Amino acid sequence: MGVYAGKILRVNLTTGAVATEPLPAEKAKLFLGGRGLAGRMLAEEIPAGIDPLGPENKIFFATGPLTGSAAPTGGRYMVVTKSPLNNVIASSNSGGFWGAELKFAGYDMVVVEGKAKEPVYIYVKDDTVEIRPAARFWGMQTNETVDALLAEVGDNRARVLNIGPAGEKLSLIAAVMNDRWRAAGRSGVGAVMGSKNLKAIVVRGSGKVEAANPEKYKEVTGAALKKIRENGVTGEGLPAYGTAILVNIINENGIYPTRNFQEGVFAGAEATSGETLAEKYLKKKDPCFRCPIACGRYCEVDGEEGGGPEYETIWAFGADCGVSDLPSIIKANNVCNEMGLDTISAGATIAAAMELYQRGLIKPEELDGPELVWGSGEAIIEWTRKMGRAEGFGARLALGSARLCELYGAPELSMTVKKLELPAYDPRGVMGHGLQYATANRGGCHVRGYLISPEILGSPQALDRFALEGKAEWAKIFQDLTSVIDSLGVCLFTSFPLGAQDYADLYNAATGESLTAEELLACGERIFNNERLFNLQEGYSAADDTLPRRLLAEPMPEGPTKGHVHLLDKLLPEYYRLRGWDADGVPTAEKKQALGL
Amino acid sequence: MKITVKLFATLRTGRFKAESREYAPGTTVAGVARELNIPREELALILINGRSAEPDSELSDGDTLSLFPPVGGG
Repeated sequence: MGVYAGKILRVNLTTGAVATEPLPAEKAKLFLGGRGLAGRMLAEEIPAGIDPLGPENKIFFATGPLTGSAAPTGGRYMVVTKSPLNNVIASSNSGGFWGAELKFAGYDMVVVEGKAKEPVYIYVKDDTVEIRPAARFWGMQTNETVDALLAEVGDNRARVLNIGPAGEKLSLIAAVMNDRWRAAGRSGVGAVMGSKNLKAIVVRGSGKVEAANPEKYKEVTGAALKKIRENGVTGEGLPAYGTAILVNIINENGIYPTRNFQEGVFAGAEATSGETLAEKYLKKKDPCFRCPIACGRYCEVDGEEGGGPEYETIWAFGADCGVSDLPSIIKANNVCNEMGLDTISAGATIAAAMELYQRGLIKPEELDGPELVWGSGEAIIEWTRKMGRAEGFGARLALGSARLCELYGAPELSMTVKKLELPAYDPRGVMGHGLQYATANRGGCHVRGYLISPEILGSPQALDRFALEGKAEWAKIFQDLTSVIDSLGVCLFTSFPLGAQDYADLYNAATGESLTAEELLACGERIFNNERLFNLQEGYSAADDTLPRRLLAEPMPEGPTKGHVHLLDKLLPEYYRLRGWDADGVPTAEKKQALGL
Repeated sequence: MKITVKLFATLRTGRFKAESREYAPGTTVAGVARELNIPREELALILINGRSAEPDSELSDGDTLSLFPPVGGG
């Protein structure tokens, strides 16, 4: 088994039962770990149609085989559950140190079932596992929760995963936080914890993660580290500026969504760029476990300190809300971390609210807080706070953009795919990336096949961003490779310098297996199709593989992408064909058989 | 001819953020990079008026040239 702990921890909060079970080894060979293995187990263990916020939903906190090992960036884990935002299979990725610590404690994953009668937290210290009362932590913000829990367990080196007030209030865009600033952000996974009355999981482990072939592993992790350090993106750009280095390049291409995707060029880009952040507010870098890249930021503004902000966050509260005041954006990010809210969805939902207000659909008299006008720094901070506590009009915002716009009879103003808020790239100027948005299994997501890499950043090769030819195949390969990376437990940013063969080398030396790069990619395809089949069972169909009408029908009004719409219907049939899906987007019997599904 | 040259990330170090500069007709992107002492390996992404371009692309009067080192994220 090599780097696998070989053990799963299963906790039932209804009965109070705590049990361990062996890692299903054969299934792990097919689905690797993390997103893949937990996704398969979720699909097998919960029946279709259950209430995601009911006790019958389960939530998996799953590491990958490389998590906690000597692999560079090997600190990632996944939160897998049925999403309360959109009923799809949710798999939210996070870094930090919690995932590695879980491995050190001797577990590949924790599965939480049922619902506790009162708020609880789970304490794991190697073989000791306890369900403990958490009533006194309920209502606390993230940092206060972490401080109080560390004091209670009397161990400053324990690692804390928790929800904030947003998860407790069942906000459909609540995140799971860990290590204070890191977030398994998307799809409302924090609300699933809240629905189970589970405030936190505190972990401390004393074990080690050892490779099946230690000498070979030393060699291949060393080779990977060298490539990461020598690559311009992971060796220079991300360390110096963090992910916010993207603000200017995306804006210069005219695909920086501005005022809820009404425009694609933001006049405040420079003022809110990674360069400005580094010059004025960056206090230190804040790397995750065993990460040589250290893209994580730690900033200070007006005496207020905290982790982040990331590129997507700067965009969501910045350009998308028309805000060019970086201090306000940093503060809104801090509020998200304290409340346990997904920053993309929180900012994008406020942007949708601002457009509803602009069009007179939200009336001034409805608002128990600042006016929802474009560019208001006060509005993004205060409405994020009220969203986190579900206070007044903030309770409507806590439902996310899709439900908010439906409430006001304007669903077309919600910039979402499958109810998940779109991130910071307007697909009208990136055809492959738009196809990826339409087909990502969790909805409008950029990190399930990041075609911005070839279409904008020239990596691994430059593609014409407006061209259609070849894009369906690129989308499929990127989605399959990303499924592998997410399941192995390393960071997606390693894919700037590393390719499929590098991941196969790491996996083989770590586990003692001998997969080719093609076989590993086939695991990725299996993982992706398992998720697709889950969603189809929940009632999704080809009709849901689409983009907001604005992006398909309203040409970009100005800038370098002026005049373009996204040409999804010209890409989707070829994508289905390459995937081995029929015209309704359903995997054919032959494809399912070939993948063993 | 007048060209607006915009530099980003590490390319700004010891240079500038954005300037309107005068060049001879027929100047290429590589020519501008040479004049600014930007080594070839640091010049990863080139945009002329927001559209992808190459080192040997010729500039026209009034163009905006944006130059980036390797960048990425997500």
